[in-house]
Amino acid sequence: MTDTNTLTHAIDMDALGSGDKAMQLADEKIHIETRNLNLYYGEKQALQDISLEIPQHRVSAFIGPSGCGKSTLLRCFNRMNDLIDDVRIEGDLLLEGNNIYDKSVNIANLRQRVGMVFQKPNPFPKSIYENVAYGLRLQGVKSRRILDEAVEKALKGAALWDEVKDRLHENALGMSGGQQQRLVIARAIAIEPEVLLLDEPASALDPISTLKIEELIYELKERYTIVIVTHNMQQAARVSDYTAFMYMGKMIEFSDTQTLFTNPSMKQTEDYITGRYG
Amino acid sequence: MKKNDLSKHISQQFNTELEDVRNRVLTMGGLVEQQLSDAIKALVERDSELSESVIENDYKVNGMEVSIDDECTKIIARRQPTASDLRLVMAVIKTITDLERIGDEAERFAKMTMQHANEQAATSHFGRIEAMGELVRQMLHGALDAFARMDVDAASKIWLEDRKIDKQYESITRELITYMMEDPRSIPWALDVLWAARALERIGDRSSNICEYVIYFVKGKDVRHTTREQMKREAK
Repeated sequence: MTDTNTLTHAIDMDALGSGDKAMQLADEKIHIETRNLNLYYGEKQALQDISLEIPQHRVSAFIGPSGCGKSTLLRCFNRMNDLIDDVRIEGDLLLEGNNIYDKSVNIANLRQRVGMVFQKPNPFPKSIYENVAYGLRLQGVKSRRILDEAVEKALKGAALWDEVKDRLHENALGMSGGQQQRLVIARAIAIEPEVLLLDEPASALDPISTLKIEELIYELKERYTIVIVTHNMQQAARVSDYTAFMYMGKMIEFSDTQTLFTNPSMKQTEDYITGRYG
Repeated sequence: MKKNDLSKHISQQFNTELEDVRNRVLTMGGLVEQQLSDAIKALVERDSELSESVIENDYKVNGMEVSIDDECTKIIARRQPTASDLRLVMAVIKTITDLERIGDEAERFAKMTMQHANEQAATSHFGRIEAMGELVRQMLHGALDAFARMDVDAASKIWLEDRKIDKQYESITRELITYMMEDPRSIPWALDVLWAARALERIGDRSSNICEYVIYFVKGKDVRHTTREQMKREAK
């Protein structure tokens, strides 16, 4: 029976110490920040006034329908859009407080700090070892011992070492799709970046390989800030700490993943994640 | 979130599934409400036949709980619902658990009626129980109505009503204790009447639970174990 003379005490959720507390963006150290970022492909505006803070050592996911600008935004973070003619960018994009679009920025340096992995695994037609060592060789590392160590470390980091340690000198193109994708991730982390950008990293993979990549993402976030673009909402819900919903070039909502998937604040977000037509 | 939003999914099949599960909760609610009101009517009219039919019909309530649960499991497995869809499925699963328990309480109530229908001393208290029963029935009806319309306002108002039922339960308890102290021979029937009052009080609590699920579905806010003051704020 409920005692009618006293009020039922409200439960203090913090006191219960529930382990899965929603994350608070305000408590995070911000790694990447965009301020009023606008991007145009010729006449067409692809990103509108994006202001966003990506926290360090967390996984942030971008979701949204095709053509909403999520990949475009991701590619801004290591200036991949520079390769496209006719692109114009306004606003600021700060990596640890420094504008990466500043004239003094060395792009090779930037891309060493901000690594990227694409939808389709794109290993070089070389051995597994050479794929991973590639970036280091470019940096001028020649010592066999240092390269061996770095390759092993990167392959272990990408949860691939046990599967390939006995065939390091075989051609990487002989690996399965899931293995190739993890190899590409190993190649990206071999040069020890700060940020990993993943553009649909698992969409060409079978469910088991997908789970391996997701597990890997969970492990990698200890050392790297990860930004992932995915069409698979369940994947975003599983792997990310924060989720951004984009629509027609605009950032509609960016919040902790738990809130976004159980109680989003914007109707457009709700319609998209529940599969409604708005 | 209005109820017709359920029908806006790109997948028509998903619309149908959610509509269907929601309708089945309402059907189950209707049946449970009928069970409760029959149990009370049987008590007032000393109708053992009606009591018996309440006891017999309880299996229908149980069956509905199992089948709606099963439907919800299928929706989760197949659709991985998110946001308000997820909250609807969660609210449904919790609501039917409470409805099933309300059904059990109605059954217990009916059993008590059958045992004591002919005892003068016990029946003299049935009037009090009847009044409390009517209040509880209205509360359950209101909770189900709030569920059907997904009406936060109504839900929080009904939630606040539960206090009246608790007060009545207390007063009946006190009265029965007096009887038992005066004449120990009254203990057997007094205890049974007390159990009946207790069953009604529990139904009141379970109806307020349903109100909490309605608020959870609409607002995405967990208002379980909240204070009256907080609930008054929900009711604007």
